[in-house]
Amino acid sequence: MIKMQIDGQEVSAQPDSTVLEACRSAGIQIPTLCYHKSLSPYGACRLCLVEIEERGRPRIRASCVYPVEEGLVVHTNTDKVRHHRRMMAELLLARCPGSAAIRQIAADLGVEEARFPQKDEDCILCGLCVRVCEEKMGIGAVDFSARGSERKVGPAYDRKSPVCMACGACESICPMEKKLPEAVSSRAVRPSLAGFDAGLTRRSSIYIPFQQAVPNVPVIDRDTCAHFLTGGGCKTCLDFCEAGAIDFGQQDEQLALDVGAVIVSPGFELFDHALRSEYGFGLYPNVISSLQLERVLSASGPYRGHLQRPVDGKVPDRMAFIQCVGSREADANFCSSVCCMYAVKHALMAREHCPDLACTIFYMDMRAFGKGFDAYYQRAVDDGVRFVRARPANVQEVGEGKNLLIRYQDESGEFRSEEFDLVILSCGMRPSEDNGMLAERLGIGLDERGFCRTEAFDPMRTSRPGVFVCGAFSEPKDIPETVIQASGAAAKSMALLAEARGTMVSPKAYPPERDVTGEEPRIGVFVCHCGRNIGSVVNVPEVVAYAEELPDVVYATDNLFTCSQDTQELIKKVIADEKLNRVVVASCTPRTHEPLFRDTVREAGLNRYLFEMANIRDQCSWVHMHEPQAATSKAKDLVRMAIAKARLLEPLQERSMSPNHEALVIGGGVAGMSAAIGLADQGFQVHLVEREPELGGHARHVHFLPRGEEPKAFLAERIDRVTSHPRIKLYLGSVLKSVEGFVGRFTSTIVTNGTQHGIEHGVVIVATGAGMLETEEYLYGKDERVISQVAFESELAAGECELDNVVMIQCVGSRDDERPYCSRLCCNHAIRNALKLKELKPQANVFVLYRDVRAYGFREQLYTLAREKGVRFIRYEPERKPEVSQAGEKLRVEVDDPILQSRLAIDCDRLVLSLAVVPREDTENLAKMLKVPINQEKFYLEAHMKLRPVDFASEGIFLCGLAHSPKDLSETVAQAMGAAGRASTILANEELPLESAISEVVDANCDGCAYCIDPCPYDALTLLEYKRKGEIKKTVQTNEALCKGCGVCQATCPKQGIFVRSFKLDQLNAMVEAALEMG
Amino acid sequence: MSEEEFEPTIIAFCCNWCSYAGADLAGTSRIQYPPNVRNIRVMCSGMVHPNMVIEALTKGADGVIICGCHPGDCHYIEGNLRAEKRAEAIDLMLEDFGLEPERFRLEWVSASEGPRFAEVMKDVVESIRELGPSPYR
Repeated sequence: MIKMQIDGQEVSAQPDSTVLEACRSAGIQIPTLCYHKSLSPYGACRLCLVEIEERGRPRIRASCVYPVEEGLVVHTNTDKVRHHRRMMAELLLARCPGSAAIRQIAADLGVEEARFPQKDEDCILCGLCVRVCEEKMGIGAVDFSARGSERKVGPAYDRKSPVCMACGACESICPMEKKLPEAVSSRAVRPSLAGFDAGLTRRSSIYIPFQQAVPNVPVIDRDTCAHFLTGGGCKTCLDFCEAGAIDFGQQDEQLALDVGAVIVSPGFELFDHALRSEYGFGLYPNVISSLQLERVLSASGPYRGHLQRPVDGKVPDRMAFIQCVGSREADANFCSSVCCMYAVKHALMAREHCPDLACTIFYMDMRAFGKGFDAYYQRAVDDGVRFVRARPANVQEVGEGKNLLIRYQDESGEFRSEEFDLVILSCGMRPSEDNGMLAERLGIGLDERGFCRTEAFDPMRTSRPGVFVCGAFSEPKDIPETVIQASGAAAKSMALLAEARGTMVSPKAYPPERDVTGEEPRIGVFVCHCGRNIGSVVNVPEVVAYAEELPDVVYATDNLFTCSQDTQELIKKVIADEKLNRVVVASCTPRTHEPLFRDTVREAGLNRYLFEMANIRDQCSWVHMHEPQAATSKAKDLVRMAIAKARLLEPLQERSMSPNHEALVIGGGVAGMSAAIGLADQGFQVHLVEREPELGGHARHVHFLPRGEEPKAFLAERIDRVTSHPRIKLYLGSVLKSVEGFVGRFTSTIVTNGTQHGIEHGVVIVATGAGMLETEEYLYGKDERVISQVAFESELAAGECELDNVVMIQCVGSRDDERPYCSRLCCNHAIRNALKLKELKPQANVFVLYRDVRAYGFREQLYTLAREKGVRFIRYEPERKPEVSQAGEKLRVEVDDPILQSRLAIDCDRLVLSLAVVPREDTENLAKMLKVPINQEKFYLEAHMKLRPVDFASEGIFLCGLAHSPKDLSETVAQAMGAAGRASTILANEELPLESAISEVVDANCDGCAYCIDPCPYDALTLLEYKRKGEIKKTVQTNEALCKGCGVCQATCPKQGIFVRSFKLDQLNAMVEAALEMG
Repeated sequence: MSEEEFEPTIIAFCCNWCSYAGADLAGTSRIQYPPNVRNIRVMCSGMVHPNMVIEALTKGADGVIICGCHPGDCHYIEGNLRAEKRAEAIDLMLEDFGLEPERFRLEWVSASEGPRFAEVMKDVVESIRELGPSPYR
C-alpha cells in the first residue's frame, strides 16, 4: 500500500491506482464527467482537478490521470481548486447548455450560467463512447476525427459503420444521451424492451425482470449481452458488482426429480396485436395493447400510474377500447373470457385517474358472467363509461396530433367514425407456441386449438394419469377460476401421494425469540404507498416525517409496496440494525396482511405479537379520495394510534392444538360428492350429509352435453364411488341441526328421520347448491307450453321432437334490479338445447331472445355452430322485454329486433325460459349456524374473490358449487376439488396454531365477583378459591383451550380483573387517547 | 369555534369480523365518507368496556360509535347482544356525565355492508356536527 496525504489526512492507496480513486476510497467527493470506473482514464473534462504538491509547490492537476505515489500531498477543496473546477464547468456549460448531466454538475459547483458565448453542441468530447467501444467491445466503430475546434466523434469517413454491432454501449454511457447507434451503425438499431412493461420501457442486458421478482436478482439476457455477442468482451458489470456475483460461465443445468405427480400450469400467450393490422398496432403509436395500458395505469409502471400517451405524454381526453382482438374469430373460435372485465376495470381505473376522461368500449357481447361481474359492469355504466355494440372495421391515424379515427357499423347498420386520443386493443389469450413441445415431453394430449385436452367431468386431468393441469393452459380463464383449479390440481395430486404426505418436508425454522422484557420501546414504522393506492391521496413522506418525530420511534420509512418480498427483507434488516422491539406497518388492512408481517417480524427474532398495523388504505385513502389533506391528517392520526398501542404490546406465547382429521360435507350434489371423494381419496374420513333421500342434486336432470359426454354415466360413477368409499359416511335424508366449535374442533348434530348423530370433525365444506327461480313472468306456470330450460332438456332427451317453432327467452329473473347477477349457465344451456333440437329436427325454427350471449371460453364454438345450424339469436333491451300472449290457440312472443329495427311477432309451440339460478331459501339459516357471511344476493361470500375463492373468512370452513355462485358442471367439479384441496391443508396438520390473544386474569384485581363467568360464551371461565395468607381468596381462572378471545369478560369486569391479550383496556385506551391528541 | 368550522372527532370501535370488514369493503368499493372517524379494531363489539366509551367522551371525543355484527351473526355467538345490553347502561351513564345521548351509538354493520358502513358514518358525523363539540373538549 502507498501512503499519502489528502486534505491533511493520512490515506493509504492501492499501488497503480490514481489520485482520483484514492480520494474516492477515502470518501472524498470529486466531480467527474469523462471518468468511468471500467475505462482507462482520459483526462478530458478537467473537472476532477486537485492541487498536488510537487517539489513543495502546489500545482493544479487532473486527478483521474495522476498516479499515486508515496508521500504525495493532495488538496481537493482549496479556493484555487474550486475556482478552476467552476471555470471548467462554465466552459462545459457554454458548449453544451442542453445537457442535463452538465447542468447538474455545474449546479453542484455553484455555477448557474456560463459567461462565455453559448454554443449548442451535442457532444462534449469526453471520449467515453470511443473508449467503451474500443476497450470494452473491442470494435472501435467510433473515434475522434479532425483537430482543434473541428474535433468530433463519429464512424470512420462519416460513413455508417458495418462493424458496429449496435450494442448501445455508447448511447448508454454518453452524458449527452446522444442517439449514437443510429448515427454510427449501418445495422437497424433495436433497443431491448422491458417485457414486464409490455415494451413501453427499455431495459439493459443485465436486469431484474420486475420489481417483485422472486428471487430479486438480475439475470443476463445472453441474446443481447455484449459479452456474449463479442465472444468475451465488455464485462463492465463485473466492475460494478461489489458482491462479485456475476458469473458469465453459468450453464443450464439438468435436474432429475423423482416425483409422484406433475401439475402443469404454463399459462397462455397474449395474442400478437401486430397481426391485426387493420387496427394499426405497431403502426400508430397511440394504438396500444391492453397489457400496455395495464402498465401505464400501474403505480410501478413507467409513468408511476399517471394516465398518459406513451408517445408524447399527453393526457388523453377520449379513449376507446376495442374488444375481442384475437378472440371470437375464424382462426380462434373461442372467447378469451377475461377481456370484457379487464376492459371495464381499465376504463374505471382510468376514469379514477382522470375523471373527465371519456371512455368508449366497442364490444360484441358484454361477457360479465362471473360472481359480482355484472354489478361491476353496471357500476361502469353508471359511472359514464360508454358501451357501443360494434366490431370496428379499422383504425386510422388522423392529423398531426396522431389521434385515431375508428370506423364502425352500429347495430342499426349505420356507418360511423369517431376520433380518439388513445385506442386500446383488448387482446385475447392464445395457447403458447411451446405447448406442443411441452405436451410431447409430458406425454399429454392437446386439443385442436393447442390447449391442453381435459374432460368436462374431470377438468384438471390430462390424458396421462398422474399429470394434472390448472389455469389457462386448458382453457382461457380468470384469476378466481385459475386459483380454484390450482387447489383442485393439488388435491388430485395429493390423492396419489397421500401415503408420502409430509415425509420430505422440513418445517420452517425460525431464529430463537429475542427477550425484550425490560427494554424501552424501540418502534420502527413502515408506511406503504401501495403503488398509487395510498400515495396518490395521502402524502406518504409527510406521514413518515411525522412518525419519525413521535416518542419511541427510532426508524420510519416509506415503501412502494410494504408487502413485497424485498420490503420483508428490509424490515428484517432494520429490526436487526436498529434493535427494534416493536414494528408498525401503515398500509392496507390487518385482515389480509397482518399474518404476513407478523411472520416477517418473527423471522427477525421478534415475537409475532409485537406488531401493529394502521389501516391507511381501505379505511383512509380509498374512502377520502378527494380530500388529500384530510386523508393525510387522518393517516397521521391512525399511525399515531397504532404507535400508541404498539408501545404497550407484549410478547405472547404461541399456542397450538391437534385437529380432528375428519370432514363434514354438506350437500350431496356433484359439488358435495366430488369434494367428499377428493378428501376421502386423500385419506381423510368424510361425513356427507344430503337432505334428500338420494344423491345427485341438479345433475339428475342433465341428460346430454354438447360434446357427447355422458352425464348420466358420470353421475352414476360419482354415486357409486361415494356409496362404496370406505372413508365416506353417508347421511341421506338428513339435515344438519347444529354446528359448534371452530377449526380443527367442530362438533355437529345431524338428524336422520328423527335420530340424532353427533359427529366431530375438523373442517366443513358447504356444497348446498342453489335453486331455480319460480316466476309467473311470460305465462310460466299458466300455459303448459311455457317451460324451463331444464324441463325442455328432459323433453329433448326423449329423442323425438315434433316442435316446429321454439322461442327461448334468456335472463329471466337474472340481471335485473332484484337479482343483479348473471346466472352464467343459461346462455350455454339454451345453445345446448337449441343444438339438440336442431339435431332431432333440423327444420325446426329456434329463436333465442338474449341480452348478451355469454358463451365464454370454448363455449363460443357451440354458439358459432348454433348460428351455422340456423338458430336465430335476437337481442332485446332490458327496458323492452319480450311480450308473451295467448292469441287464441297460439302462443305469441313479440320482441323489438334492434338490427331489423322492427317488432317481430313469433308464434311458437314451445316457449323455453332460461330461469335464474337463485340461492337456497335456507342459506341464511345455515350461514348463521356456521357464522359465515352471505352477499347481498344471498349467495355465500368467500374470503377473497380472487385469492381465496373457496375459503370462508372463518378458518376451517370452505364452499363450492352453486352455493358460491352459478356455474356449470365442469366448473363445479373444479371448485369441489379446490375446496377439498384447501380443506386438506388443515386436515393434514398434526398441530394447528391457536389464537394467542385470549383472556388472562389479574389475580390481584379479581375479587371473585364472578360477573364474567356467566356471559362467557365458551364456558371458559371458572371460579376458584384458594388460601392466601390464611384467608380464602376467590379468583377466576381461564381455560385456555376453550377461550377464543372475544373479550366479553373484559367488558363485564368492574375491576380490571380480566383482559384479552393484545386488546387490553390500557392498550385500547392508549389508542383512544392518541386519537384525541389533535395531530 | 364557530359552527361552520367544527369538525367532530368520532371514535368507532369496530368488530374484527363484521364491521371492520365492512369498513374495508367501503374502501375496496371506493365509497366516500367524511374523514372524521377514527376506527379502532376490536375482536368483538362485546369487548368494549362501557368505561372506555365514557372515557373517550370525557377526554374530548365528540362522539363514539360501536359497530358489531348483526344479531345472530356474531363470530363469538352473542357478544354483540352483550354489547347491546351494555349500550343501555352507557346511555344511563351519559346522562350522569351530562352528555347528550346522541353522542353514543351502537350500529350493526356486516362484512358485506360497505355502503351501509359509509352511510352510518356519514350520518354520525352529520348528527354530531349539528350537535356541536363535546362539552369536555
